[in-house]
Amino acid sequence: MSSAATTAPSVDKVDGFSRKSVRKARQKRAQSSSQFRSQDKPIELVQLPLLKDVSAQEQPELFLKKLQQCCTLFDFLDTLSDLKMKEYKRSTLNELVDYVTLSRGYLTEQTYPEVVKMVSCNIFRTLPPSDSNEFDPEEDEPTLEASWPHLQLVYEFFIRFLESQEFQPSVAKKYIDQKFVLQLLELFDSEDPRERDCLKTVLHRIYGKFLGLRAFIRKQINNIFLCFVYETEHFNGVAELLEILGSIINGFALPLKAEHKQFLVKVLLPLHTVRSLSLFHAQLAYCIVQFLEKDPTLTEPVIRGLLKFWPKTCSQKEVMFLGELEEILDVIEPTQFVKIQEPLFKLIARCVSSPHFQVAERALYYWNNEYIMSLIEENSSVILPIMFASLYRISKEHWNPAISALIYNVLKAFMEMNSALFDELAANYKSDRQRERKKDKEREDLWRKLEELELRRGIQNSDGVIPT
Amino acid sequence: MAGADSDDSLYPIAVLIDELRNEDVQLRLNSIKKLSTIALALGVERTRTELLPFLTDTIYDEDEVLLALAEQLGNFTMLVGGPEYVHCLLPPLESLATVEETVVRDKAVESLRKISHEHSPVDLEVHFEPLVKRLASGDWFTSRTSACGLFSVCYPRVSSTVKAEIRQHFRTLCSDDTPMVRRAAASKLGEFAKVLELEYVKSDIISLFTALASDEQDSVRLLAVEAGVSIATLLPQEDLEALVMPTLRQAAEDKSWRVRYMVADKFSDLQKAVGPEITKNDLVPAFQNLLKDCEAEVRAAAANKVKEFCENLPEDSRETIIMTHILPCVKELVSDTNQHVKSALASVIMGLSTILGKDNTIEHLLPLFLAQLKDECPEVRLNIISNLDCVNEVIGIRQLSQSLLPAIVELAEDAKWRVRLAIIEYMPLLAGQLGVEFFDEKLNSLCMAWLVDHVYAIREAATCNLMKLVEKFGAEWAQNTIVPKVLGMANDPNYLHRMTTLFCINALSEVCGQEITTKHMLPVVFKMSNDQVANVRFNVAKSLQKIGPVLDSNCLQTEVKPVLEKLASDQDMDVKYFAQEAISGEFCNCCSRVLCNFAKTKVSNPKRYSLSKLRLCHAPLKRLVLTRPHISTSLCGNISIMPPKCSRKERRRGFSNRSNVEAAMSDRRCVFQCESKSTLFGLPEVDARARERARERERARESESFPTSKGRYISIKACQHILLHQIHKIMIFKKASYDPFKLKN
Repeated sequence: MSSAATTAPSVDKVDGFSRKSVRKARQKRAQSSSQFRSQDKPIELVQLPLLKDVSAQEQPELFLKKLQQCCTLFDFLDTLSDLKMKEYKRSTLNELVDYVTLSRGYLTEQTYPEVVKMVSCNIFRTLPPSDSNEFDPEEDEPTLEASWPHLQLVYEFFIRFLESQEFQPSVAKKYIDQKFVLQLLELFDSEDPRERDCLKTVLHRIYGKFLGLRAFIRKQINNIFLCFVYETEHFNGVAELLEILGSIINGFALPLKAEHKQFLVKVLLPLHTVRSLSLFHAQLAYCIVQFLEKDPTLTEPVIRGLLKFWPKTCSQKEVMFLGELEEILDVIEPTQFVKIQEPLFKLIARCVSSPHFQVAERALYYWNNEYIMSLIEENSSVILPIMFASLYRISKEHWNPAISALIYNVLKAFMEMNSALFDELAANYKSDRQRERKKDKEREDLWRKLEELELRRGIQNSDGVIPT
Repeated sequence: MAGADSDDSLYPIAVLIDELRNEDVQLRLNSIKKLSTIALALGVERTRTELLPFLTDTIYDEDEVLLALAEQLGNFTMLVGGPEYVHCLLPPLESLATVEETVVRDKAVESLRKISHEHSPVDLEVHFEPLVKRLASGDWFTSRTSACGLFSVCYPRVSSTVKAEIRQHFRTLCSDDTPMVRRAAASKLGEFAKVLELEYVKSDIISLFTALASDEQDSVRLLAVEAGVSIATLLPQEDLEALVMPTLRQAAEDKSWRVRYMVADKFSDLQKAVGPEITKNDLVPAFQNLLKDCEAEVRAAAANKVKEFCENLPEDSRETIIMTHILPCVKELVSDTNQHVKSALASVIMGLSTILGKDNTIEHLLPLFLAQLKDECPEVRLNIISNLDCVNEVIGIRQLSQSLLPAIVELAEDAKWRVRLAIIEYMPLLAGQLGVEFFDEKLNSLCMAWLVDHVYAIREAATCNLMKLVEKFGAEWAQNTIVPKVLGMANDPNYLHRMTTLFCINALSEVCGQEITTKHMLPVVFKMSNDQVANVRFNVAKSLQKIGPVLDSNCLQTEVKPVLEKLASDQDMDVKYFAQEAISGEFCNCCSRVLCNFAKTKVSNPKRYSLSKLRLCHAPLKRLVLTRPHISTSLCGNISIMPPKCSRKERRRGFSNRSNVEAAMSDRRCVFQCESKSTLFGLPEVDARARERARERERARESESFPTSKGRYISIKACQHILLHQIHKIMIFKKASYDPFKLKN
């Protein structure tokens, strides 16, 4: 083998499809914007005087003029074009932001349509295609919006406008209507996290001020989520929308409407099935716990839902689910606990015996939670028999010593809780295993018999069609 | 389950119920997958009265189980008693069609569509259509989504009043307030239009289409584009302009790039649907705009369609349109900033040359080809090279060869091995078009360089490439140019290169023929059997096995066998193993050769040769077929062993159940065929041609008999079905220590 060692070809490190090279190429244009359609002529805007330089009577008119000027859009992918005008628009927007924050009495009826028009012109656009086909929000760098220098100021202006003391929803609702909200919600798919953050504030303000739009907003968010779960599995703003929903749920009146319960069961719970759950799991769990704090009777459907959607092949998600479950158990009422303890602990028994030590560990941490411990203790006669077999088996077999130690503690805790039952289970352990094995064998026999039966039937009416 | 033994017929349902409630999903799934078995065991009546209600009631389960159930129910018609009872299947499928999970729902709809054809027109109105209506007016969006897919299957076969109702329902769903339902409706719009009467297409569908195409959600609008294409094919030419074109024109300029992309993607379908006049007036400018779109995605989709679009232009004005409208855009795309656009263009641009003819190609297209051949992106260059044959037909490849060469050389040395691999695959094609002299002069050294590439996949492809080149240029060329260089590598200090020599020999021996193999290659292989690296040695054993069929049996006997025997006593375990493999593999080859020889001699002198000389055991025979399904062509053309007609997996698992062993001579006199009677794969298919041949053979000669070990004669009628163990018996071993190398011709 010596010759092999000395003359083995040098392995070219650069070779293979290293993603680095791809990345590099992408970083060059990690900015993108679909906002601008090529225009050949350079843009000219007439420089207007500053608002503070004119008399109070002239201010409203100048304000409107400035708003109209700000409807002009610039191409930010071309970094060299219209530099002067871009700077002018930026300073004008800055001025507008200050103006709506500080001045009083500027909000006349005519300003509302102009403000909404200016905002719509700037922010509503078709989002550009994602650079990579499979944009993975965890792995890939987000594509940043190129026109952000202006966009940011527009958002800021709009937020200040909505928050201003003089703002009157009754007037604005003519302009901030369902169509406006729909377009706003579509923007939540933006890859740029800065933009989504602004949108979150905007939507939250709108939800707070426009009572007439509330039901509509909730419904559209439902649609976005359902489409995300069942159709595309792609939407960038799920976490932000859930954050808004968290505070919305907090404000729900009791008793909960059927619509809200349906939202919990048919929309929020299925969100758990999505591959990219990790990106919004914290917000999702918060929403769910909010619901349960409002109405404890929902605990059973929620936990059953979680059990239904329990991840079978993704340990990472399993850990997340276990975390959420602990949060739920933290607020569970003992009466509710009794209702779901059996299926729940069958699942926990399975998690405890997971070969993935993080899953097992996360499940075993439940025994460090005093409230959960007290619940287990109250119901030990039910829970112990469910848990015992897995714990007993794993205590001897698990490859990870830390897990074995944890299991040992759990077994000890159980022994102290109900030593009589514990001893009985330990004594019956072997015979139970044998019974299980026998049952498996019986099942096999049953199937075999079934096949024979089928064969016989097939032969009996051999002229019939045998579907396979 | 207790007492189930007393009544056999209760058994299946007991098992099913028991298993359906099991905690283990897998067991529930097994149970559902065996549903047809259970139904069969139950009989049609009990399936209808017991099984189906039970299933309808228990639908709340894991989606995986539901999916299996939905699929099963689509094939249940016979199991519930045939078409007259098929409506019994509707209730469970209806609830499955309302499930949230898209996969389950789609499967349920698929099954519903399938069984809808088995309904009689009366049943369709009494049972099926009410179901569609219920779904269409369901509360939750899922049932309404499912309903969209069911209208078109029941519409053609119901009365006109019901038809009117169906149209009404569809109209309602098209303006549903959830976008999911509108999307479903939009995607089924084209299909529904096809089954509608033309008057309703004009009155109903067009307005729905227009509404969907201006939906506020772009995901709905883009689906409407596809529907628009289908609708356009249905309408008479004179109505198109007024009814469809305004909407389609608007779609081509939609503010959402997704919609524009869809238009670009469906452009050639659209072109075919609207006919030449509209194409000239409307589509050409639209296509130009798409080629100049501001989103690269749209440009790439449009670039992909350039060739097809040009091909389908009306002939009278084709050339002028291309030259004045399309070509300028194409020229711009050649230097696009986005590499996907360029490579999309590169994959079709060569096709334009056949449309434009020689002169235009040389004047206008050639500069573009040359520019793309020098593109910085390897994919673009590859796409050009892979389509060279189009240009070759029009102007000949010579025009390009000056620019081609640097491009090829650069790709051949690209840092990405996948690029190198791709260019190797085009080598035989290039060699064929450039001719042997050009190849020897410029490309030969490249082909040799690949043999010592540091990526195995490249070396492997390079050996395969050599084989194809030899097939093209002939054995003599191989002997003069390739073989010496390949054999020279046997002395390379790097063992990987020495192994490459062996791999090349494996690939080349067959195409080079017996003489070159025996004279030039074999000595080198023998020499390498003393290599100090074990990997080389066991590859020698493998090579000997591979090239065995090319050698004559005398050489096998006197030269190959001793080497293999020596290797079989090597101290390295692997070498030993492969040497033994080779010996038994040789044995296989020998067996088959004997079989052929036997067939030959038997015909010329049937009495003299008895089969006692022919020994084949079951195992090597099986292996022979399993490992070399291609043997029929490669092995002297004398013996063909036909692999059973089944998937590879089945072949691996249950091969011994059914295989045809056909030892046929060149004049096809003798055929053994064995086939087990197992029903594992259903009834054996008997090739009609084989049967025909068999009859001929039967006529040609009376019965011929072969002796068995016990002295009895089994008569083999040609093509008679006999079990494998019978053929086994025919080819019995008389002695346990059988030495294949002792057989002489």
